[in-house]
Amino acid sequence: MKYIPTIGIECHVQLCTKTKLFSEVDNDARGKEPNSCVSPVDYALPGMLPRLNGEAIKFAIRAGRAMNCKINASSRFDRKHYFYPDSPKGYQITQFYHPIIGEGYVELPSGTRVRIEHAHLEGDAGKLTHFDTYSLVDLNRVDTPLIEIVSMPDIHSAKDVHDYCKELWRLMCYAGVTYGDLYNGNMRFDVNISLAPEGAKELGTRTEVKNLNSFRSAERATEYEIARQTKMLESGKKIKQETRGWNDATGKTSPQRSKEEAKDYRYMPEPDIPPVNLTPEFIKTEVDKLPLMPSDYREKFNGIISNDILEILLDYPDLMKKLNEIDKKYVKSISNLFASVLLAEEKAAEYLNDLPSAKDLNELAEMNNKKELSSTATKEVFLRLFDPQMTERGAKQIAKELGLIQENDLDALKKIVDTVLAKPETKKAQDDFRAGEEKAIGFLVGQVMKESHGKANPSAVQDILRKKLTK
Amino acid sequence: MKIANKKVTAERLVRDALDKAKHFSDYHIFTFLNEEGAIKKAREIDAKIKRGEKVGRLAGVPYALKDNFLSPEGETTASALILEGFNSPVTATSVAKLEAEGAIMIGRTNLDAFAHGSSTENSYYGPTLNSHDKTRVAGGSSGGSAVAVALNIVEFATGTDTGGSIRQPASFNGIYGLKPTYGTISRYGVVAMASSTDCIGFFTKTPEDMDLLMSIASGQDPKDMTTLPDYYNDTKKMNVSKARIGIIKDFDNNSVHPELRKALAKKVELLKSKGHEIVELKMPALKYGLAAYYILVPAELCSNLSRHDGVRYGFRSKDSKDLDSLYENTRNEGFMSENKRRIMIGNFVLSSGFYDAYFLKAAKARTLILKEYEKAFKKCDFILTPVSPNPAFKLGEKVDDPVAMYLEDVMSVSLNLAGVPGLAIPAGETKDGLSLGLQLVGPRRSDKNLVEFAKEIQ
Repeated sequence: MKYIPTIGIECHVQLCTKTKLFSEVDNDARGKEPNSCVSPVDYALPGMLPRLNGEAIKFAIRAGRAMNCKINASSRFDRKHYFYPDSPKGYQITQFYHPIIGEGYVELPSGTRVRIEHAHLEGDAGKLTHFDTYSLVDLNRVDTPLIEIVSMPDIHSAKDVHDYCKELWRLMCYAGVTYGDLYNGNMRFDVNISLAPEGAKELGTRTEVKNLNSFRSAERATEYEIARQTKMLESGKKIKQETRGWNDATGKTSPQRSKEEAKDYRYMPEPDIPPVNLTPEFIKTEVDKLPLMPSDYREKFNGIISNDILEILLDYPDLMKKLNEIDKKYVKSISNLFASVLLAEEKAAEYLNDLPSAKDLNELAEMNNKKELSSTATKEVFLRLFDPQMTERGAKQIAKELGLIQENDLDALKKIVDTVLAKPETKKAQDDFRAGEEKAIGFLVGQVMKESHGKANPSAVQDILRKKLTK
Repeated sequence: MKIANKKVTAERLVRDALDKAKHFSDYHIFTFLNEEGAIKKAREIDAKIKRGEKVGRLAGVPYALKDNFLSPEGETTASALILEGFNSPVTATSVAKLEAEGAIMIGRTNLDAFAHGSSTENSYYGPTLNSHDKTRVAGGSSGGSAVAVALNIVEFATGTDTGGSIRQPASFNGIYGLKPTYGTISRYGVVAMASSTDCIGFFTKTPEDMDLLMSIASGQDPKDMTTLPDYYNDTKKMNVSKARIGIIKDFDNNSVHPELRKALAKKVELLKSKGHEIVELKMPALKYGLAAYYILVPAELCSNLSRHDGVRYGFRSKDSKDLDSLYENTRNEGFMSENKRRIMIGNFVLSSGFYDAYFLKAAKARTLILKEYEKAFKKCDFILTPVSPNPAFKLGEKVDDPVAMYLEDVMSVSLNLAGVPGLAIPAGETKDGLSLGLQLVGPRRSDKNLVEFAKEIQ
């Protein structure tokens, strides 16, 4: 029997607001001492009250619209209760009953649409580190704003799990609401997977693999779960509804806690935070701040940039933004330089922070187009544009200074060719070529290039050589 | 309350207050006496006055702070073991405002632990005794504050009122006690009981003092999102010499102590004779008040008390083996039995499957009560009722009967559910010398006029 997987994903996105969701403390704890970004509110001293961060509301609006979601005019916060040292208040402030972000959808590169059920704002928990006889608590992350995005069960393959997670990551990065640093847990995915026989009306029992922090591990965990569940079903066993953890090293999932012992979170409306009421004007102001989204670029550059290259470049919003400023006729060559030269560089991440101006890039592409620069020279000048000491000079000046401008003057080239053909050491190659040995032309072109100190346009040189030798 | 006339020094006032506090130590009024700090502050103020510098509106006035207000002076314990040793690094907004005007805190006052109670008997530090009869309760939960003012130890004291915790002890001790409109005074830095009904207020000996304190403490606080913009100081004054006073007929029954009924009738006659109009009101929805209150408030308070887990501050049980036993033992030993009772009720009504049946239904009843008040205030300016059905009861009398204790709140809780202000005013004494109190209730944001009316009829 063939089993069809049905998959829904919950994704937590840490927002890069200046301050925390309910206090004025620094929200960026990267590289800081444990418990150094904690206010009396986050620490949950008695008598402390949450102060809702308006920036987080604005981010939520942008994140929501990036997923084509409805923004609810009125939303509220609720308390979700549980006892654990990572939760100083004894409850998490979340949006259980009235979330800020309503229904929407995310379109994957393949065209598959994954509907968004809703997304809500909530505070993150702290971090515990366990030792033999004790545990240490770090509250730096407490009440970092999160958006939890809940998808509908519209995904049916591990590949789409990967693509959905990646697309969400892109959307959040384009919307500018997160640092998007997966390695440090800025986005975490929980994948709910169930299997049912093909054609079945009811879904099977699902398991949830929690806390996946890369697209690849989400994909691999899904593949593993599909295989595991298929095997169980085929041998007549029942799937247990449970939460499972993923081990990246072993490539396996294993049970964490079963849903039977699931806690009763005793949800209650948060009385310390009044309802959030948004006017259409307020929402519009935020939505207007959204840049072009991946789907916009796919439409815009369709037929100009190949899909493979576009999907690579879409991971870098800054590169896409730059491409958008480039002369349409040069977009293709600049996109190639981005994908094959820039991203191959060791210092690529650093370079991305300070891209050359569109003017320089256009100039570079134009020189290449006019054959003033060979493709090798184009790459070289391109990389020089990232040198802080070069940026003032512009592409043309750099090319000149490096002596990379190609000789395209046919008369001048003919003279050089003649000089080379007159040299006795080229005689054999000339004869060989005439005798039909095609690759001898390469040697001759090389000699001409040498004679021109690399400035000759090699394809023009070849044309001239061919004409002269076949006369 | 002003001392800037130079006839008396702040230090003299503070030393007198501290002496009196010690003299009445058998009343269990204070959980902490701020001797050093208070005298130091008094000297600073005296020095300022001597130099001819401007001082605040409360310069040198000694006051008592209910022990659920956070300030770095003394431990903030909320009269519960679980907060033992808790020295607050932050100051409540209301305290900061009083101190900025030069008021001097001479001590922290006893309360029912976490303000759970109507007698101040549920305190880890023992019960506070009634100012008129030491065999009786002070009322609660702000019992210590009420008695501190009633015994003339201080000029005023702070209180919190979640269901009557200011008005009832005020009436049990013959003084003024105001529960303002919800959101009038910032709750920041006050140990939370039930967030949606908690109000910060004061005990005073005169409505004039109440007026001054309200004009100082009112106003929006960015640290408390539920505060209202200052309306108190911008209130358009009504003509309080001709007011329409509502009397709730539903309450005029045998459950109210006869002498209290008599006091109410006497006040009504007095008001009539002064030319005020008496309006009879029927407010049937108020009968749901107590039931709704004892669902909504436990739900919120059990949530607010979750933070007391022995991990970060206060008391931690010594014999814990692991995380679960640390939580269990700390909370079991650190909370009083009334705290635990309410935590259990709260968790029960929030449990999945019961939320709709209890919490949501109670929330609906709350809306009904709110509407009932709105309707009533179309017919009258203020409502006059008893604060509680009886004068101060005997110590220990209701400790073992929680329902009888909860019934003490039957006339006070509906105000908290509706968010409307209530001012307890003295109304004479019983033949045995127990004080009697009534409450004036007004519409939301009518606090200023409520106080003005109390001045008019005192």
